[in-house]
Amino acid sequence: MIAEAAAAAAHSSSRFRAHHFETAQQQYAAAKLGMWLFLVTEVLFFGGLFVAYAVFRTLHPEAFVNSAELLDTRLGAINTVVLLFSSLTMAWAVRCSQLGQQRGLILCLSLTLIAACLFLGIKGIEYSHKWHEGHLWASQYAAGEASAAGVFDRAGTFFSIYFAMTGLHAIHILAGMGAIGWVLKRSLRGDFGPNYFTPVDTVGLYWHLVDLVWIFLFPLLYLIG
Amino acid sequence: MSTIIKPKSRLPEFVNPHPVKLQTPSYLTAERGVWSWVFTLDHKRIGVMYLVGILTSFLMGGVMALLVRTELLTPGRTIMDADTYNHMFTLHGAIMTFLFIIPSIPAALGNFVLPLMCGAKDVAFPRMNLASFYLWVFGAVFLVAAMGLNGLDTGWTFYTPYSTTTNSSVISATMGVFILGFSSIFTGINFIATVHTMRPKGMTWFRMPLFLWSLYATAIIQVLATPVLGITLLLLIAERVAGIGIFDPALGGDPVLYQHFFWFYSHPAVYIMILPAMGIISELISAFSRTRIFGYRFLCYSSVAIALLGFLVWGHHMFTSESAMAAVIFSALTFSVSIPSGIKIFNWLATLYKGSISLTTPMCFALSFIVLFAFGGLTGLFLGALATDVHLHDTYFVVAHFHYVMMGGTLMAFIGGLFYWWPKMFGRMYNEFWGRTSCLVIFIGFNWTFFPQFLLGTRGMPRRYYNYQPEFQGLHVVSTIGAFVLGVGLMICAAVLIHSLFRGRKAPPNPWGVATMEWQTTSPPPVHNFEHTPDVTDPYDLEDFELIEDTGNYERGRSKSSVAEAAL
Repeated sequence: MIAEAAAAAAHSSSRFRAHHFETAQQQYAAAKLGMWLFLVTEVLFFGGLFVAYAVFRTLHPEAFVNSAELLDTRLGAINTVVLLFSSLTMAWAVRCSQLGQQRGLILCLSLTLIAACLFLGIKGIEYSHKWHEGHLWASQYAAGEASAAGVFDRAGTFFSIYFAMTGLHAIHILAGMGAIGWVLKRSLRGDFGPNYFTPVDTVGLYWHLVDLVWIFLFPLLYLIG
Repeated sequence: MSTIIKPKSRLPEFVNPHPVKLQTPSYLTAERGVWSWVFTLDHKRIGVMYLVGILTSFLMGGVMALLVRTELLTPGRTIMDADTYNHMFTLHGAIMTFLFIIPSIPAALGNFVLPLMCGAKDVAFPRMNLASFYLWVFGAVFLVAAMGLNGLDTGWTFYTPYSTTTNSSVISATMGVFILGFSSIFTGINFIATVHTMRPKGMTWFRMPLFLWSLYATAIIQVLATPVLGITLLLLIAERVAGIGIFDPALGGDPVLYQHFFWFYSHPAVYIMILPAMGIISELISAFSRTRIFGYRFLCYSSVAIALLGFLVWGHHMFTSESAMAAVIFSALTFSVSIPSGIKIFNWLATLYKGSISLTTPMCFALSFIVLFAFGGLTGLFLGALATDVHLHDTYFVVAHFHYVMMGGTLMAFIGGLFYWWPKMFGRMYNEFWGRTSCLVIFIGFNWTFFPQFLLGTRGMPRRYYNYQPEFQGLHVVSTIGAFVLGVGLMICAAVLIHSLFRGRKAPPNPWGVATMEWQTTSPPPVHNFEHTPDVTDPYDLEDFELIEDTGNYERGRSKSSVAEAAL
């Protein structure tokens, strides 16, 4: 509600209005729609992996259940809390920019970035555990001995999907950190306020989607044991 | 809206009783130099750069097609060995699909026309538009680099398990297609956002020109389908690099899953290729029959229906490797797509009925489209029917079918649209006689090439084969000769257009007497598209245009245009 009202208040005299838009409001509407469309493509992008997960879990339910127990549920749960917290600070950052609270905006964006780093750190610890234990993707599972012998361990399929999904998610976290860093840099310059907060808003939408993907990944990968 | 720029007359008014109306410079001449093109954010210049890029790709793919046809003149070796032949038809398919047809109408013509048709100054996201073009360039480099590395011999579909075991450059090529996918997504997002947020007041959804409807429907598919191809190709690359066992049966993967993923994108992609072509045909048929388009709303709804139904039919590419139940369902769904396609054909024919038809070059291509697309569409029914598909699948019948739809359909519409908007793009008229001649030669050459392939297919000639039984040779020779006739036709077409750039008569703002908004500005348009805020009128109200003989321009009869304005 505030967003719409503020966007309506934003004048066509805003210095960030591109020449081809007639009003700042039109620009805001276009940017918001563009980001939502991009999020649709992201959902379909991850959708392929979720379908692969569904197909292989349906075919080999026992392998999935047994393999899931090899994951560290505690670290996964901590990461879930970390990401949920980062979504809160991101949403708060959007509100700060709408209300023109510069210090709050910078603080919230910084906290979001720190949470993202923390998430990747914990993820890195998990990956290194898996690496040392040999719980890797199909061709390398248990040092590839099984596949070299001409048989395959179905746990390898599970870990292929685990690494594909969490790896792609981690890449999205990295992209999100880049975007948040860019918004933070512009915030330090004082670009945002009640008249113009589109980038904070759209980057926020992206960040919530990345968070949402993890909300699905956590139970599907860690909690099926 | 855009301000009216009043040029300052250089001469005092008393010396010059008839002041020459100085126009603001066009988008082509406003800025000069290479950098003004490289960093341009102008949708018209980006459209022109796309046009150059895709026509270069088309030339490359076309030369490969001729080499493939030449090789097939005789069974056994004619001009190249079997491996080279495999690389050649693969790159022909990959280049034509990903570098030419998919971006042809939306990214080149659509980019140029869409904001003009909306009366807007640009697309919603001009920087993303330029990024889309450079992604296309990078994607093209990766895809073509495969040719210079180890070649590519998988067919354009990259089916596993062959694509995970062959020594050719699958990673470079699929990386290229992955990048091209993002280029396509960016165009799609841009078009949807532009149509939603940049239309002028008065242009409601059902006062939009049909080309906009078709670009909008296409953009929906681009946004929904392309990401699935993206993830599929990433998984394929991971399969090749690391062996993740999703598609590779040796590691417990499922190669048919790859086919499902691939066609979940690539069947809707067929509609990315044909829908914008249908939009062009709607414009051309109405413009050159001088009548209101018949069944406007049905044409709008059928575009959206094709876009949505297109997502439900991918399984018909796997009739022989899925359950009988799935095959029956996919077959039925496949037939359902023919309903909106049929609606379009009948509406075009009804528009022609009692129209005042002028056989200009674009119209000749539009009429060719209707004939060839009807052939392509009807032969698709044979392939969608389970019993006949068992006999016809993977034969030249399939090859002929999709060339009739893709080349006879999309290419014909693309060239027709190119001739139609050429005066607007470059401000020059071309030679109508030679334009029509090129259409005739292309039409004859096309049928000469591909009709024999229907016969070859029904007699059992498998697609993609290097060698064949001697009894197939006669039809192969006929087809190859036709391919060269087709090549000559396309060369005439290119010559006509290039000639016009240097020798063509200057184009008036509205040479065809059409009511869509792009014809209300100068040819070529100024940088910000319109010097005066264009009138939002009914896009298919063609009745009160009058041809002004000495300029070749069509202008609205005074009485009616003021009524139209008053009505708004």
